[in-house]
Amino acid sequence: MSSLAGQWNYFLVIALMMIGFYAVIARGNMVKKMVGLTIFQTSVFMLYISMGKVSNGTAPILTGDPQTLYANPLPHVLILTAIVVGVATTAVGYALIIRVYESYGTIEDDELIKMIEAEDAEDSEDMNGETQSA
Amino acid sequence: MMQHLPVLQVLLPLLGAPLAALLRGRDMAWGLALLLTGAAFLISAILFGLQYSAGEALIYDLGGWPAPLGIVYVIDAASALVLPVVSGLAFVATIAARRLVEAEIDARDHALFYAAWLLTIAGMLGQITTGDAFNIFVFLEISSLSAYALVAMGAGRDRRALPAAFNYLILGTVGATFYVIGLGLLYMLTGTLNLTDLAERLAEVESTRASFTALAFIALGLFLKMALFPLHFWLVPAYAHAPSAVSALMAATATKVSVYVLIRLMFGVFGVEFNGLADAIGLLILTLGIAGAFAGTLAAIIETDLKKLFAQSSIAQLGYMAIGIGAMSMTGLAAAFIHLFNHALMKGALFLAIGAIAAQVGRASMQTIEGAGRQIPITMTAILVGGLALIGVPLTAGFISKVYLVRALLEQNFWLLAALTFISSALALAYVWKIIEAAWLKERPKGAPVLVETPVHYVPAWLMVLATIGFGIFAGPLVDAAYAAAAVFIGGAR
Repeated sequence: MSSLAGQWNYFLVIALMMIGFYAVIARGNMVKKMVGLTIFQTSVFMLYISMGKVSNGTAPILTGDPQTLYANPLPHVLILTAIVVGVATTAVGYALIIRVYESYGTIEDDELIKMIEAEDAEDSEDMNGETQSA
Repeated sequence: MMQHLPVLQVLLPLLGAPLAALLRGRDMAWGLALLLTGAAFLISAILFGLQYSAGEALIYDLGGWPAPLGIVYVIDAASALVLPVVSGLAFVATIAARRLVEAEIDARDHALFYAAWLLTIAGMLGQITTGDAFNIFVFLEISSLSAYALVAMGAGRDRRALPAAFNYLILGTVGATFYVIGLGLLYMLTGTLNLTDLAERLAEVESTRASFTALAFIALGLFLKMALFPLHFWLVPAYAHAPSAVSALMAATATKVSVYVLIRLMFGVFGVEFNGLADAIGLLILTLGIAGAFAGTLAAIIETDLKKLFAQSSIAQLGYMAIGIGAMSMTGLAAAFIHLFNHALMKGALFLAIGAIAAQVGRASMQTIEGAGRQIPITMTAILVGGLALIGVPLTAGFISKVYLVRALLEQNFWLLAALTFISSALALAYVWKIIEAAWLKERPKGAPVLVETPVHYVPAWLMVLATIGFGIFAGPLVDAAYAAAAVFIGGAR
């Protein structure tokens, strides 16, 4: 039981991970998908950051005292990189959503799929009509 | 200078990207991209030679920090083989890109296009070279993020590129995040991210459930990135609606790099003797591989759009690479490397030739190539040879791939799988025949736009076609290199 209580951070991470992943898969709205994706990524940040915790450790700043116990700074540095990657992904994702909305007028998956299927069907019907000059 | 080559081939395109974004004049950005990809190709060819003559891995310590502390770049037999494939394809695709991009992309966006183009190439080269597991993730995201942007640039001509790029982004990010989760578990178990150290320390905690979970997460994430059946749904729309130059670059290289990373992690870190790897994951990969080979080939047969057709066939070809990996043997891994190399050449040739048609008439489909065999014989012949190579006809590189794949399966007495591999390859004849029928046996309809071809249209594709035939006839050096690459992972360090 004590091990379960001692690992509460992992349960939190798994709960967040599943909430985020569920939103990515189950939601048809592109913005909600992006929100889910961000939650999913954040849960991984928490997984890494909590693994760097050392009991009674302080912030990893050199004090000159060899007795000082430090937290592990490496996972934090890794996640700093991953956060930047996450921000970039979010930016590209929302930029794409804006462009999709501008050209399709909707960001709902089911409506988009219908419109794309209609365009695919058009393509295979009249091919020679839409051709441009070289 | 020479000792800095391993890092230079990544740095040149990486630093060239922001510079390309600033260049405005006509063809300036393209010229820079051509120069830098050419330099990267030259460097990777030199690295291949250096590695071959040294006979051992060349290690480059980034910033002068040696292995456990710093990040190292490793040029071993495997990365030395895959590097020239990616940089060579990138170089040829850049040659062709000038015309394709001019035809399909708004002139204002050219500079940004080539910036993203260089970034995605730098990301791929970085993934191949680096010896640090987290660094692989960073390069993976560099190449993926710019690839999403490149795919979305097809929107000027075909707005379906936008939702395709978005789905690619969602699934690509999920895949990369799965990889990072697995990596986190590995770091918790071992306290290191260096691939060599990981392999050593993982042996001590081999039978823990955490290590198996880590493998499951990493493998699943990379299956998504390499578009292994049934995780391939992002690939077809992304390749079909992207600008033609991007389709060619990505179809030839992007998924291959993920295959390489999977091999590096599965065999280089976990190792073939890893608990449950051969039984569970190996069997899974074999099953998904052969299922993908059939699903991709059958979907390709009913497809009428040429880009979609060959994107579906990529699913099948990735299935064959997966079969080589899943065989969990020296020959199997060598076959995977041979097919990785050959498939890059064939798909490069096919998509460059298709791009030359699509840039003229909007899109390449069974209808737009009706009777094209007489109008643009050189381009259509390139498509034909590429198609024959996909089937695995002798004298093409595809034949060599299939020979070693079947040999690997027979070594392990997988008779049924070998037979299924043969049948699915033969099925590919159906879609190649459809192209022959449309291009040569039908008359060009009246009023159809006149297709033209000049050396600029077909030379890039034919460079790849000649390589496909060349490596089909003189396969010896490639096979040797592939076996050397497989030896890095099997029966070597571990």
